[in-house]
Amino acid sequence: MSATMDKNEGGFRAWLNKRLPVDQFMADQLTGYYAPKNFNIWYFFGSLALLVFVMQIVTGIFVTMHFKAGEATAWNSVQYMVREVPYMWLIQPMHAVGASFFFIVVYLHMARAFMYGSYKGPRELLWVIGMLIYLALMAEAFMGYVLPYGNMSYWGAQVIINLFGTIPGIGPDLVEWIRGDYGIGDATLTRFFSLHVIALPFIIALLVLLHLVALRQVGSNNPDGIEIKENLGADGKPKDGIPFHPYYTLKDIVGVGLFLTLFAIVVFFVPTFGGLFMEAPNFEPANPSSTPEHIAPVWYFTPYYAILRAVPDQKLGALLMALSVAAFLFVPWLDRAKNKSIRYRGLASKLLLAVFFITFLMLMWLGLKPADGIYVLLARIFTVLYFAFFILLPFVSKADGNGPVPDRVTYDAH
Amino acid sequence: MTPTKIAIVLGGLALLSGAVSANEGGHAGWQRPAENEISNLPSLQRGARNFMSYCSGCHSLKFVRYSRLAEDLKISDSLRDQYIVKPGDKFSDYIKASMPAADAQEWFGKPPPDLSLVARSRGSDWIFNFLTTFYADPNSRQTGVNNLQLPGTAMPHVLASVQGVQNAVWTAVEHKGEDGKATVAQEFKTFEPGVVGSLDKEQYDEFARDIVNFLQYASDPTQVERQGMGVWVVLFLLMFTGIAYMLKKEYWKDVR
Repeated sequence: MSATMDKNEGGFRAWLNKRLPVDQFMADQLTGYYAPKNFNIWYFFGSLALLVFVMQIVTGIFVTMHFKAGEATAWNSVQYMVREVPYMWLIQPMHAVGASFFFIVVYLHMARAFMYGSYKGPRELLWVIGMLIYLALMAEAFMGYVLPYGNMSYWGAQVIINLFGTIPGIGPDLVEWIRGDYGIGDATLTRFFSLHVIALPFIIALLVLLHLVALRQVGSNNPDGIEIKENLGADGKPKDGIPFHPYYTLKDIVGVGLFLTLFAIVVFFVPTFGGLFMEAPNFEPANPSSTPEHIAPVWYFTPYYAILRAVPDQKLGALLMALSVAAFLFVPWLDRAKNKSIRYRGLASKLLLAVFFITFLMLMWLGLKPADGIYVLLARIFTVLYFAFFILLPFVSKADGNGPVPDRVTYDAH
Repeated sequence: MTPTKIAIVLGGLALLSGAVSANEGGHAGWQRPAENEISNLPSLQRGARNFMSYCSGCHSLKFVRYSRLAEDLKISDSLRDQYIVKPGDKFSDYIKASMPAADAQEWFGKPPPDLSLVARSRGSDWIFNFLTTFYADPNSRQTGVNNLQLPGTAMPHVLASVQGVQNAVWTAVEHKGEDGKATVAQEFKTFEPGVVGSLDKEQYDEFARDIVNFLQYASDPTQVERQGMGVWVVLFLLMFTGIAYMLKKEYWKDVR
């Protein structure tokens, strides 16, 4: 120890920093990283998404210890772990409920970007990377949902995997390749387990890292959509910026506290959340000869599911469904406003965005309902409205997103 | 927060709760809530006894061990061995159906389902209504009874000696179809007493409610413990959030 510790260089810390730039990293990324001081409640969801991701990894490690992938073992192993392994009655539902909370947080995070134009230049790539995380997360959540092999797992997987069969030419072969068999079964579960536990978490972790690196490069947007880097003080720091640490680390901890309180209320008192986070048919084991009354995916997929069912032709429906997800990728280039934030755009832009949010929630609700009667008609109307948003965005944003903006962010000291 | 933001949050919550309640589905007039109390230990103990006496001949609880059940429901070892553990089983065994599955297949057309999770897949109210709405039906050649909650059920009225067998009263109701043609459908009106059982209506409801309560326990054995712990976890998190908020406020004082 003493041989490596040089008193002149300041002990262990100096020794460490010479070999691993801990202090340098802290200075660059936390104490020396300036974020706009006017973040509001919508800015909690980025750090919360990271928190849920870590929580899913940690609870997932324990679930993986007791889960046995396979047609004959998956269902029983989940029941065994929650009933007989100490504290798995808490950890397994945390993992299952965590998936729903992940999507709540991600959807609110995306809504924030829509409101304040956080996808606009120079943050286009930040948005695109975020959308790739969202896509990977959807795959991760879908496979995780199939693994316990309940009856809704089975029939949901049946519907989703068959969608790939609508791809011209390669469709049928692709479906067989995904399943690893002629039907959903043992081979499907073991490969989904591998992808769910190794491949996709790695991909998501890498994308999250890229998302953060890109964020540090361009800096955070803010509710006013003004670039704080364009207004520097005498010290070369942004006038409207404050160090991320301690200001936003402490503020984010308040967000973490609020989030964990809501999360705990659900996990401890209403883990199924009225059948929304855990669906009743999934408390029956997979049964290929008994179709649930209504096959509906979990709530976070239902907007797209509603679009799929709104189209009478399955091939066209699947195409529209894929398009409805992919459309998000192009938003940075569809939005042609000069101003970023909705605060400095006209009424038309505000209405357009409000209608889009309502449309998304309505499609979410419709995807949970059976596809008959008035629901089909409503789903068609809202599908049209959904795509109308992306088609109208270039024109509306160009027309009324160019008003004057203040030089400094709006902030009331408190 | 500004009024607009509060409106947005409230609107979102309203939509969410609407989606949740819409998910629960509609109820027919004769359906009743089970109103069982999961923390009522005597009710759970009676439910366990009733289940073992009347249900476990055909239905398994394959994820529940006798020992765990007795421990959770505070049933003593001697009572457990006398009333709960089946002859020939060890107290550490899972609760299996007495009837061989192959015979069940032959007698009922399909093996009676395992009931470990029925309270989560069907819900407590569903079980309660299933257990209380058997009625005499001469058209049912197999069992002589039918059920409002699960019409055409293969299950005989096992609890007939307790409930008796009630008769259903139907009324003809005319429906106008979309094409304007009237169709007549039989709609359930009420039950009237038929063969009398050993318990009266209120007593039987209580009897069924105990079984429902026990099945709800069996579907999620940790729920009472979980909710007890949850109170402390939420209180701790609220305190944590409060302290975090004060700390944040203190630091943010110098942000102008």
